[in-house]
Amino acid sequence: MASYSTNEFKGGLKVMLDGDPCSIVENEFVKPGKGQAFNRVKLRNLNTGRVWERTFKSGESLEGADVLELDMEYLYTDGEMWHFMKTDGSFEQFAADKKAVGDNEKWLKEQVAYVVTLWNDNPISIAPPNFIELEVTETDPGLKGDTAQGGSKPATLSTGAVVRVPLFINQGEVLKIDTRSGEYVSRA
Amino acid sequence: MSVADWAPTASLDALRFRAERMAAVRQFFAERQVLEVETPVLGQGGSVDPLLDSLQVEARLSGQRQRLWLQTSPEFHMKRLLAAGSGPIFQIAHAFRDAEVGQRHNIEFTLLEWYQPGYGLDLLREECVELIERVLGKPISLSVHRYRALFEQWLELDPFTAETSHLAARAAEVGGMDTADFSRDDCLDLLFSHVIEPQLGKDSGGAVALLDAVVDYPASQAALAKRRRDPVDGVEVAARFELYWQGVELANGYDELADAAEQAARFEEDNAQRAQLGKPRVDSDQRLLAALEAGMPACSGVALGLDRLIMLAAGECRLDKVIAFPTERA
Repeated sequence: MASYSTNEFKGGLKVMLDGDPCSIVENEFVKPGKGQAFNRVKLRNLNTGRVWERTFKSGESLEGADVLELDMEYLYTDGEMWHFMKTDGSFEQFAADKKAVGDNEKWLKEQVAYVVTLWNDNPISIAPPNFIELEVTETDPGLKGDTAQGGSKPATLSTGAVVRVPLFINQGEVLKIDTRSGEYVSRA
Repeated sequence: MSVADWAPTASLDALRFRAERMAAVRQFFAERQVLEVETPVLGQGGSVDPLLDSLQVEARLSGQRQRLWLQTSPEFHMKRLLAAGSGPIFQIAHAFRDAEVGQRHNIEFTLLEWYQPGYGLDLLREECVELIERVLGKPISLSVHRYRALFEQWLELDPFTAETSHLAARAAEVGGMDTADFSRDDCLDLLFSHVIEPQLGKDSGGAVALLDAVVDYPASQAALAKRRRDPVDGVEVAARFELYWQGVELANGYDELADAAEQAARFEEDNAQRAQLGKPRVDSDQRLLAALEAGMPACSGVALGLDRLIMLAAGECRLDKVIAFPTERA
């Protein structure tokens, strides 16, 4: 892998830091007119999702990380691993473990495309689309006539996610959900 | 290379504002009989400052290819004018510093630099504040802080006497980095730029601009300023001031070193430090040394980042809002 000097750091560049692959979020050049130049860098650790703030002397470099973000369709889980397939027609499959899937397990629906981050060819994280359509598998019966405001109730969706929905929603309905906030948007 | 970004990064309104401010600067100096000069951007000597990287250019000069340097500041040439008896002079000069790229840095930038023979540092600082008042069109309230006091205030340590290992540990903590190979000044620069600078020149945009000055830097950071023994606490300090507004370093003033032998010694120290840092040797400017030998009047001089001042005056926080074409688009 190539290495990158601080003056090549820019948002989205993938580098290795302390053994973890990271994505550069922000890079600020700081230099007293007469003094040492530094780069104050924010990096997202792609393994943990945590954002690190680190300072480097300008001109220092970091090893690039072999990280790829690819669109993949979710296929199924065998209970231990979650299986995805590239959408480029190659049918190549990748298995993601619990750590990579994390909290996004509740947004995994078959045949939907996810962005899978590969590090050295292993999935380390997945990102769902911003909006996803899921069926309600369980909720209290809908209240007729209540189509405007007034209260909400929990509903369990086909993937196991539980979201707050308006009172008028019924079991079996398909809803549009914002995966970033985990909030109900509308009926699909 | 994409050429879709042919348009300037600054709005035409911002460029008009810039032109007006530049005219105000020239007017300010005209009223004070300070002579406007122009000195070369391309010189046969480069900057030996170990922490500045000059850009090199090859040119055919008197039949031979020769290495020339884009100037990191107009200082040396202006000092030669002073030695030639110019009296007070100012210049709005383009300067170049390799690899300095960021929101507040551009490789090519505009310095306003001026020298006042017979002025002490305090007098020049006052003039600098008056110049900034003229550019901003509003009064300034200035607080002056000693470098040492700022470290005591914000970091509870003494930059002059603390063990280097202690400074390195604090720098490591602040920067989240390994500072084992840091020099004492590296540690001080990191702590100053990360902890203290953001606190300087805090201003909520009222009718009076609030600026901070920093004085009495460590002697090791004297660059081209005189060093002197501080009468209060006996430490050796650099006769420098810096002005800050909104956390941005705006101006750097010196009680100028005029002693040719001392200047030559500092050039050698700088080149020794360059060698340690693995940077190429830069031939020091022999003509500057000759000029100092011939005699430069005692004077104070200051370099002010004109792009930055105009940026802040315009209420912006990125230089490219007041520069037509930053280097990435040049």
